[in-house]
Amino acid sequence: MKFIAHINIMPKTELLDPQGKVVVKNLPNLGIQGVSDVRIGKHVTIALEAPSEQEAHDKVELACSKLLANVIMESYDFVIEAQ
Amino acid sequence: MATASSVQVDVEVAKNLGLTAEEFNRIEEIMGRTPNFNELSIFSVMWSEHCSYKNSIMWLKTLPRDGERLLVGAGEENAGLVDIGGGLACAFKIESHNHPSAIEPYQGAATGVGGIHRDIFTMGARPIASLNSLRFGDPHLAHTKHLVAGVVKGIGDYGNCFGVPVVGGEVFFHPSYNQNILVNAMSVGIVKVGETVSASADGPGNPVFIVGSATGKDGIHGATFASADLTEDSADDLPAVQVGDPFQEKLLLEASLEVIATGAVVGMQDMGAAGITCSTSEMSAKSGTGMRIDLDKVPTRQSDMKPWEILLSESQERMLIVCHKGREQELLAVFDKWDLECEQIGEVTDTGRLEYYVGGELVADVPAEPLVLGGGAPVYERETRRPAYLDKVDQFDPATVEVPSDLRAAATKLFKSPSLVSKNWVTEQYDGTVRTNSMTENTPSDAALVRVKGTDKALAVTTDCNSTYVYADPYVGTMIAVAEAARNIACSGGEPVAITNCLNFGNPYNPEAFYQFVNAIKGMGEACRAFNTPVTGGNVSFYNQSQYEGGRIEPVYPTPTIGMLGVVDNVKRTMSLGFKAQDDVIYLVGDNVEDLGSSEYLRVVHGIEHSTVPHFDLQKELKLHRAILAAIRGQHIKSAHDVSDGGLFQTLCESAIEGGHGFTVDTDTEMRKDAFLFGEAQGRVVVTADESRTGDLEDLLREQGVGFRVIGRVAGNNITIDGEDWGNLMEWETSHNDTLAAILES
Amino acid sequence: MKFGVIVFPGSNCDDDMVHVLGTVLGQETVKLWHKEESLEGFTTDDCIIVPGGFSYGDYVRAGAVARFSPIMKSVIDFANRGGYVFGICNGFQILCEAHLLPGALLRNRDQKFIAKNLFIRSETDNAPTNRRLSPGQVLKIPVAHAEGRYYADEETIFQLNQNDQILFRYCDGAGEVNLASNHNGSVGNIAGICNEARNVFGMMPHPERASEMILGNRDGYSIFQGLAEAVAEAG
Repeated sequence: MKFIAHINIMPKTELLDPQGKVVVKNLPNLGIQGVSDVRIGKHVTIALEAPSEQEAHDKVELACSKLLANVIMESYDFVIEAQ
Repeated sequence: MATASSVQVDVEVAKNLGLTAEEFNRIEEIMGRTPNFNELSIFSVMWSEHCSYKNSIMWLKTLPRDGERLLVGAGEENAGLVDIGGGLACAFKIESHNHPSAIEPYQGAATGVGGIHRDIFTMGARPIASLNSLRFGDPHLAHTKHLVAGVVKGIGDYGNCFGVPVVGGEVFFHPSYNQNILVNAMSVGIVKVGETVSASADGPGNPVFIVGSATGKDGIHGATFASADLTEDSADDLPAVQVGDPFQEKLLLEASLEVIATGAVVGMQDMGAAGITCSTSEMSAKSGTGMRIDLDKVPTRQSDMKPWEILLSESQERMLIVCHKGREQELLAVFDKWDLECEQIGEVTDTGRLEYYVGGELVADVPAEPLVLGGGAPVYERETRRPAYLDKVDQFDPATVEVPSDLRAAATKLFKSPSLVSKNWVTEQYDGTVRTNSMTENTPSDAALVRVKGTDKALAVTTDCNSTYVYADPYVGTMIAVAEAARNIACSGGEPVAITNCLNFGNPYNPEAFYQFVNAIKGMGEACRAFNTPVTGGNVSFYNQSQYEGGRIEPVYPTPTIGMLGVVDNVKRTMSLGFKAQDDVIYLVGDNVEDLGSSEYLRVVHGIEHSTVPHFDLQKELKLHRAILAAIRGQHIKSAHDVSDGGLFQTLCESAIEGGHGFTVDTDTEMRKDAFLFGEAQGRVVVTADESRTGDLEDLLREQGVGFRVIGRVAGNNITIDGEDWGNLMEWETSHNDTLAAILES
Repeated sequence: MKFGVIVFPGSNCDDDMVHVLGTVLGQETVKLWHKEESLEGFTTDDCIIVPGGFSYGDYVRAGAVARFSPIMKSVIDFANRGGYVFGICNGFQILCEAHLLPGALLRNRDQKFIAKNLFIRSETDNAPTNRRLSPGQVLKIPVAHAEGRYYADEETIFQLNQNDQILFRYCDGAGEVNLASNHNGSVGNIAGICNEARNVFGMMPHPERASEMILGNRDGYSIFQGLAEAVAEAG
């Protein structure tokens, strides 16, 4: 079976996100007011094959925890779509 | 007084916070009552090894700490301050960030760089150069590669963004650092004499401000886990690491220097370990004053922070500023210009106490003086015992080491040792040229030379420590570290003036590790007195150790890193290490002693880990440096490069590669060939001279009472040893430049 | 005639530009704070420098936030009126983000910061920055960037070539423009360009770090010399 995993990787909420902070402070330069918080992470998609959704889930979980996310700094979540 | 914490304090809680029963008794005596949890937390961090130096201070005080150039004494301010003439002073310091870097190499190294720069600009000096001294484990291990990549990127990203060039440093690999790497960062800044700011809090009634980043729950694990307040929720929002923000630091730098120029600032201190607690208590104790602080006025990054969390937080890029009453607007205007938060959180008092309030309620009330180093913080003398391994060192007999039949093959193997090869893979990720002062980026020298704009001067800076020498003999090995730093500065044309040190050792409660520490300090003291380079400050990092199979815990190789500052009074009289022209005569200056001890050659080619410390003679070393400096100033020589790790052959190859010229050299028939080429006896420098200047040079060296011999000539594009062709320089250059990348990226 | 060096929060080559233009070349040079909304005192006879550094920490994308700083409206207007604008490194990135120069600067091919001396070849003499150089002349200039991979679509590259807008390409010491000398992966080894009107210039390498013998390299000096002459003639 073919799957696509949509993964979101975000800086952990308790950590400082310097990028997000700069964006919050400077959105008013574009005339955008009222923004109180911005956090910047990344989105990853993985196309993969696996015998079952559970196994696809396990593979993606392993990829996230070992490589894609720095689990000391980042949290992640994902959804898996069967193709 | 309200306790503002539900935790019932007793000796068990104190122990959980890392205090001893004895220390808890003393705290009760000082307080005249049982402290509440906030107060106990304050004592626990201020009396920690990190803030109090309780196990090292007794020995640190034996180091030479005075000199005519020193403008502040060791430990008096955030960094050492040295008069370099022309109305200018240099603030410089080295500090470790070993344990954070072992957990999260990128952020650990980055925040280490940030911390040391803050120490410099908090004094009013603008950082103009940085160096870093790194120790990693076996580079072939996947874990080491991960750490190297993270640390290098962390140092690069922080320093590059902050805009201070990395001009020098060292990278060594040894299995003793497999689990416990060392990341030591040094910052060097310039300030006009008389325009510095002190970390003091004079003038009761003066307002106290916190500026820079908001305060989060960073770096407060110890207290957190000792606290019965800990709920699952609060554990979840505890940051595992601190995130550095070099952009914020750059703004803080510019704003700090601008605000100091207004004259509105009374005192300023950056927040490192123990955050608000440490800065408020040290500034107060220094001035004999106190502070009243409203913790609820501190801008926080996370909601629902408890008083002790705010007190202990180690969030980065923050400063505490005491300002003259009535001049608050000047301060606020500068920080507003730079879009930095600046909040008044309290005022200076004359009580000698630190009174912390939340919502008008007193949540902690402690005297300042007993908290701090040099005040009432505990001082201990720890036990020492000569390490058992030193017997193996003493048993080393060079006669049992066979001279290899194929020396060229041995040289080729040694030349690929990760500790000896070019570190270009590392340094090409560090901006080395920003600020347009780096004189040795294009023409390398043994020490980095940094031009001081508006003067004829340059700073010569270096970090040095061969920890295998210190392991073999902590006393002599540390003298060598100081001597090598001074030699590097002399070879660049500089006059050594002062040092800062970063003392990386094992557990101070381990008598063998403490033996290494004590003897290293003794050796450092003796060498620094000889070179007239007082110790201006630095830091101590204990508990550097790795666990081996079977649970055995061994300290890392003892690594007392020396950061030395030298001054060049005439930038036109500096020296570089590359060979300059064909037919120049190659001299080996200094006594050529046959010695293989603790050489990289013994380790790499013969697999010998335990051997004696290399030959070293402090007085001869001093004479050598004077002679080299005189030869540079007299324009007798065209290159100078000291003999250190890897021995004479390594030195010659480095000068050849840098200069793009080969050489032909004859070994000494009186000596083992391997010792001649690869031995690491100290006190030797390779210099080259134009044929026409050899007479002057030899006269000078004789006059100075320094031994020398002509060993060969700069010649052709090949390396020739005793008439035997050892191949084209290009092959050696490729090996030198490409080996590290090949290991780290495989 | 004078030079104005814009200071954004996070600029870190502003002092270097003031030093090289003011002290080394002896030109009148002032700093301009990014919060200023107008370029008061500046006419199109003057020159605006957008220096290197990490404006706003290079967060989001290098130059992306600085492009919206208050002063940039005036800089765009100044450039459209024909005034000389020169951006180096982060300055080049900002000028691309502000669409004063075509294309974009992407993360280096190897995803690493690159700080080293590189060779660049002057591709034209029809630009103030290059008028002191003969076409084909090779300079050794340091780079220090993480996002320096020049990219533009084929049509834009065609136009750049067609209009002689390419100022510098990365090359080897002998002046060969090839794959081996393309350290960051830039399209066509492009290291610097100008706009079609030839009054806005950008380059990734840092000539201001190679303009004095005391630093062991003076290859960059003639770039500023040419620029200063052109600005003087314009006045």
